[in-house]
Amino acid sequence: MSEKLDRLAACLEEKIKGRIRRLHRACDELTLDISAGDLLDIAGILRQDPELGFDMLVDVCGVDYSAYGVTEWATESSTAEGFGRGVEQATFGRFTFDEAPPASGRSGPRFAVVYHLLSVAHNHRLRIRVYCEDDEFPTMPSLVEVWNSANWFEREAFDLFGIVFNGHPDLRRILTDYGFVGHPFRKDFPLVGHVEMRYDPEQRRVIYQPVTITPRVLVPRVIRKDHRYLDDAAEEKSTDA
Amino acid sequence: MPEIRNYTLNFGPQHPAAHGVLRLVLEMDGEVVQRADPHIGLLHRGSEKLAESKPYNQSIGYMDRLDYMSMMVNEHGYVKAIERLLGIEPPLRAQYIRVMFDEITRILNHLLWLGTHALDVGAMTMFLYCFREREDLLDCYEAVSGSRMHATYYRPGGVHRDLPGTMAQYEPSRWKTPADVQRLNASRSGTLLDFIEDFTGRFPTRVDEYETLLTENRIWKQRTVGIGVVSPERALQLGLTGPMLRGSGVAWDLRKKQPYAVYDRMDFDIPVGVNGDSYDRYLVRIEEMRQSNRIIRQCVDWLKANPGPVMIDDHKVAPPPREEMKADMESLIHHFKLFTEGYCVPEGEVYSAVEHPKGEFAVYLISDGANKPYRVKVRPPGFVHLSALDEMSRGHMLADVVTLIGSLDIVFGEIDR
Repeated sequence: MSEKLDRLAACLEEKIKGRIRRLHRACDELTLDISAGDLLDIAGILRQDPELGFDMLVDVCGVDYSAYGVTEWATESSTAEGFGRGVEQATFGRFTFDEAPPASGRSGPRFAVVYHLLSVAHNHRLRIRVYCEDDEFPTMPSLVEVWNSANWFEREAFDLFGIVFNGHPDLRRILTDYGFVGHPFRKDFPLVGHVEMRYDPEQRRVIYQPVTITPRVLVPRVIRKDHRYLDDAAEEKSTDA
Repeated sequence: MPEIRNYTLNFGPQHPAAHGVLRLVLEMDGEVVQRADPHIGLLHRGSEKLAESKPYNQSIGYMDRLDYMSMMVNEHGYVKAIERLLGIEPPLRAQYIRVMFDEITRILNHLLWLGTHALDVGAMTMFLYCFREREDLLDCYEAVSGSRMHATYYRPGGVHRDLPGTMAQYEPSRWKTPADVQRLNASRSGTLLDFIEDFTGRFPTRVDEYETLLTENRIWKQRTVGIGVVSPERALQLGLTGPMLRGSGVAWDLRKKQPYAVYDRMDFDIPVGVNGDSYDRYLVRIEEMRQSNRIIRQCVDWLKANPGPVMIDDHKVAPPPREEMKADMESLIHHFKLFTEGYCVPEGEVYSAVEHPKGEFAVYLISDGANKPYRVKVRPPGFVHLSALDEMSRGHMLADVVTLIGSLDIVFGEIDR
């Protein structure tokens, strides 16, 4: 498996020289970071080139990186009384719609689209990650013309994250309700949502109303630096291409 | 002379042939479909977002409820993703159990598909026949996990517990005479493995029965041959996987091409279609059931000969045995931490694909090092297959749309997530 990845990585570096932002390898998988401007061009190469031959787009996934590394319970530092017990409301499971905390966490672009490619002919896979340049109005070129299977996946990413795919033939919402407001998988969208639906006996129809349930998540989100994985992480960093 | 015009037909969301809550807006020219626009999302529960708000282990149950016709295979995809990020390998016996239950699940799924698909097309008997065998397999689910469908049996690091030594027995009642009970309990006297072995012995003849009813049946062939033909090139372009891709003649199966668990030790064949129509996909799935039966048989033989642990010994990930917890302080702490906070998964991302009965099911997991996943993306095979319905149904009759929906083998739990 690893020689195959080596060959694929070498091949990629040769074919799209100079346009690779980062070529990362972990868990026997290859991740290629490129910029949104190059996406259509590189996708064409990946599909057409006989050595690469990625004939199938398996998955398109939107990601909102705004809360990456955000925890609710600090476990790094302690006082004389021990670790702090207070859980801070930081993740979407704990706030309602009007009190979303300012996005913090890591710097850099907020939205990314991750593509998973598969070559049936050569039996290899590749992951491409492309960051959207604008956080306020994230856009991405559509790949429907290159791989037709992108159609619904891009509609899904648009629906859930609000990423607009330029050149998509039919960019409508797909999973959420007719007339839904907002993009539910963004990290500033609360888990409980903001409207609920019920039958109103007086008006004799189904109505929408603000949510009446309170957000409740039992387990705080923590990050523990585990010494067992630190060595691996350090190794990975040194082998980054 | 009435004016002839196209009209729009609303199919579903509450239609028995829609296999769930599919709303299909069909643009018709007479009885010929011009365009099909599936409206999905009526079963959207936000499973992926819910998984982000919970420790890793608590989301295994959500995976069962994605494709609620092939529960354990969904779990396999999710659990495998966590295991790969953690860098742990489940014991060999657990991997055999997983493969065995993956294949049991495949038969379960294909039986349901066959029964309902035939029912849609007009063959009532198939439904009854298929559910007879499903009952036995659901009993296996129940024996091993306590639940007939939503098992939550696979865990990161192995499976929840070893295979039980006894099977549940029927008891005489107002509806079952002692003679009935004796006949029903005949195969249930031994262990679960004996019961499964007995099942694999009789299942091939049952598949023959299904084939007698359908394969050469004139009505069945009239309804399926030449319906929804997909060429291999289009199948790849549209992202079809699993039996949909193999029906079009592409020999692609993750169990062979990118083997996981112990599939590389199994002896089985991959059936491939020729014409890429609904009938070929039917033949492929029938043959897959026979091959799954072979795999189950091999697993049973191995599992009978090789007892051993079914869960890894790392109590940072897997809970300690209950007896130890009663006396050992460290085990108690491990248990407490695992069931309150869960375990932290090292930072990274992984795409773990399994050969689901419907196609390639995959879980793309991003971890930022916390005890909850940062992002879980499920790659559902049915979602992609349904997106191809528009292209497949153009130019066919309205009645063929029902055949096509059946042939796609869609379940809304995974499509809407």
